[in-house]
Amino acid sequence: MARLKVLDVDRCVGCQLCMFACQRRTGTGGLSECAIHVRSRGGLSRGLTVIVCRACEDPPCLTVCPTGALLKRRGGGVVLSPKKCLGCGFCVQACPLQAIFWNEETQKPVICMHCGYCAAYCPHHVLKIEEEQSAA
Amino acid sequence: MLPNDPLKRVLYVDLSSKRFWVEERPELFAENIGGTGVASKLLEEECPPDIDPTDARNPIILAVGPANGLFPIASKTVAMFLSPHNKFLGESHAGGRSALALRLAGYGAVVIRGKSQSPVYLVIDPQGAKFRDARGLWGLTVSETGRFLREREGGSGLRSILRIGPAGENGCTFACVVTETYRHFGRLGLGALFGYKKLKAILITGKRALPVTDRKLFRETYDELLERLKNTPSLRKYHDIGTAVNVLPLNKLGALPTRNLQQARFEGAEKISGEYFAERLLGRRLACAHCPMACIHLAALRTPYEDEPYFYKTTFISYDYEPIYANGSMLGIDSAEGILKILDLIDNLGLDAMSTGVVLAWATEAFEKGLVTTEDTLGLKPRFGDVETYLKMLPLIAQQRNDFYAALAKGVAFASARYGGEDFALAFGGNEMPGYHTGYGAHLTFLTGARHSHLDSAGYSYDQKLKPEEISPTLLAQKLYAEETYRQILSSAVCCFFGRSVYNYETLAKVFRICGFDYDEKDLPLVGEKILKRKYFFKKKRGFALTQLKIPRRILETLSPHGKLKEEFLREALLSYQKLLEGGGEG
Repeated sequence: MARLKVLDVDRCVGCQLCMFACQRRTGTGGLSECAIHVRSRGGLSRGLTVIVCRACEDPPCLTVCPTGALLKRRGGGVVLSPKKCLGCGFCVQACPLQAIFWNEETQKPVICMHCGYCAAYCPHHVLKIEEEQSAA
Repeated sequence: MLPNDPLKRVLYVDLSSKRFWVEERPELFAENIGGTGVASKLLEEECPPDIDPTDARNPIILAVGPANGLFPIASKTVAMFLSPHNKFLGESHAGGRSALALRLAGYGAVVIRGKSQSPVYLVIDPQGAKFRDARGLWGLTVSETGRFLREREGGSGLRSILRIGPAGENGCTFACVVTETYRHFGRLGLGALFGYKKLKAILITGKRALPVTDRKLFRETYDELLERLKNTPSLRKYHDIGTAVNVLPLNKLGALPTRNLQQARFEGAEKISGEYFAERLLGRRLACAHCPMACIHLAALRTPYEDEPYFYKTTFISYDYEPIYANGSMLGIDSAEGILKILDLIDNLGLDAMSTGVVLAWATEAFEKGLVTTEDTLGLKPRFGDVETYLKMLPLIAQQRNDFYAALAKGVAFASARYGGEDFALAFGGNEMPGYHTGYGAHLTFLTGARHSHLDSAGYSYDQKLKPEEISPTLLAQKLYAEETYRQILSSAVCCFFGRSVYNYETLAKVFRICGFDYDEKDLPLVGEKILKRKYFFKKKRGFALTQLKIPRRILETLSPHGKLKEEFLREALLSYQKLLEGGGEG
């Protein structure tokens, strides 16, 4: 299974094209369903950081989900089953990267599913979708 | 407009009573699109005809448009107000994140009325406006203000922080509003109006979804536009070297205003060129939110502290063509590092870099000619090329330390009316000159443009692409009028003007249809004209007349690439432009 990698955060210019691409998966504009986040490191003079799920082998978000709405994804990370999700937000708290976002309109978490749609829009090769090598 | 599009929501904020409310105004947007179209209508509604810009009833209007948050390079917010600087139409556009933040907070426009008793800052989010005490921030520089607000408030990456520095607080009429450290509502004094209202900053944050009429068509159109933006050669140069790429070609052409336009070629141009900056100082490139261009170029300036060995600071300072012209060639400064020091201070004081450079250039020549003395300058002796003296003058202007610096803080038109030197006071319609002495087109744009900005109708570009036999006063007026009309639609969308080669009328109509607006390609020029005329009549009601405009003698004396410019040509073209604007009446 593929996973999204942040190759070199120092190449990021902060255009946020990845964020808008992530939202366009849903066919809409804006950013409510965006699962990747670009922000400054405390002012733009200090450069930028890209925050997105890194597809943990043993995901802490999954461990804390009280309803089993997060399922282990093959290749790392999780898949959200929205019907089971209460919207408690424990997963958001559990992620040490703060890579789980929140949709204020649906009151549900937004988690990267490593589809790689965003990577195709990055003008500066910050993001890459990588096929996971199977262990030899 | 789509029924679930939040664009129609106008947020009203009253700083006097500390109240806010939201009004849904779908017709306002259906008829005026957004951005400059909507803002000009709101300004007409809000601004009484006979007030001074310092009056609490002078509104601050911010507006975005349908394309913001949906399409690439639609990254600008339009601000509109009665200008503290020229007392006519105040209109300024800024990139950064504010357009996205405002659109995704769920508003199409914000109207800020009244005046606070003590300093405040505003937080605008989907719930409305919150008033926060800014007494502790008053007096701080732009970067300090940004630093404290950034740490106190949430939403990094989804927010925008608009703030002023000491120049705005003290009412310098060309004070700007800085956003995201490196972008500006630069011209015509929005910063002064923030100051009058005791408004130190506005933080805007939001991340909602935006609807479209057809999801598949939206995605296809997006991809097509992005591809065209990437493949347009004229845009490549902004991406690579940045707007500073223009220094050398303009100098070669003999169109780079130098030493208060006593010359139009600068012997030090190589050392302040975009290429020089890129090779030696470029430290980082940035983009406005949702723009693939990344035209923001930051220089990394390493400076030692004089009091301790091996003790340095590295500052990232943004540079562009206009600030380099105004604070480089215009001041006879041939040191890129020197320009950066000046720009850093200008940014921290919250001054407009273009007006500031022209003001310093005028002051230097006035001092040389003996119109002002060291008594006026508080002992300083401004001299072209003298970076250190200019660095000392900047805070004195921002503080309006004495009568002379207070006069400078009102621009060259005001200062020259008091001290003389009007022939070399380079202002057009009360706004200081942009960096193009390319010919009739450039100066006509400065004179006729609603904002007296080079961006209003880009006459400098017509100077370079029209054949000499094509240039007649009437024809030039018609071309610039058509260009300014088109740019009303672009700035109603609100697209950055760098996207103009991609966002033609046809593309704009398509984009608007995807946003649920019922505009045909043929309708758009008519809407553009309506907006342009509305802005013109706003000025006319306040005493503006194209035929009464002052034409600085200096532009007729210094040779342009089209030779010596003649006043009669400009006067005739002004008359033609006036006829175009007044044809069909006020509509």
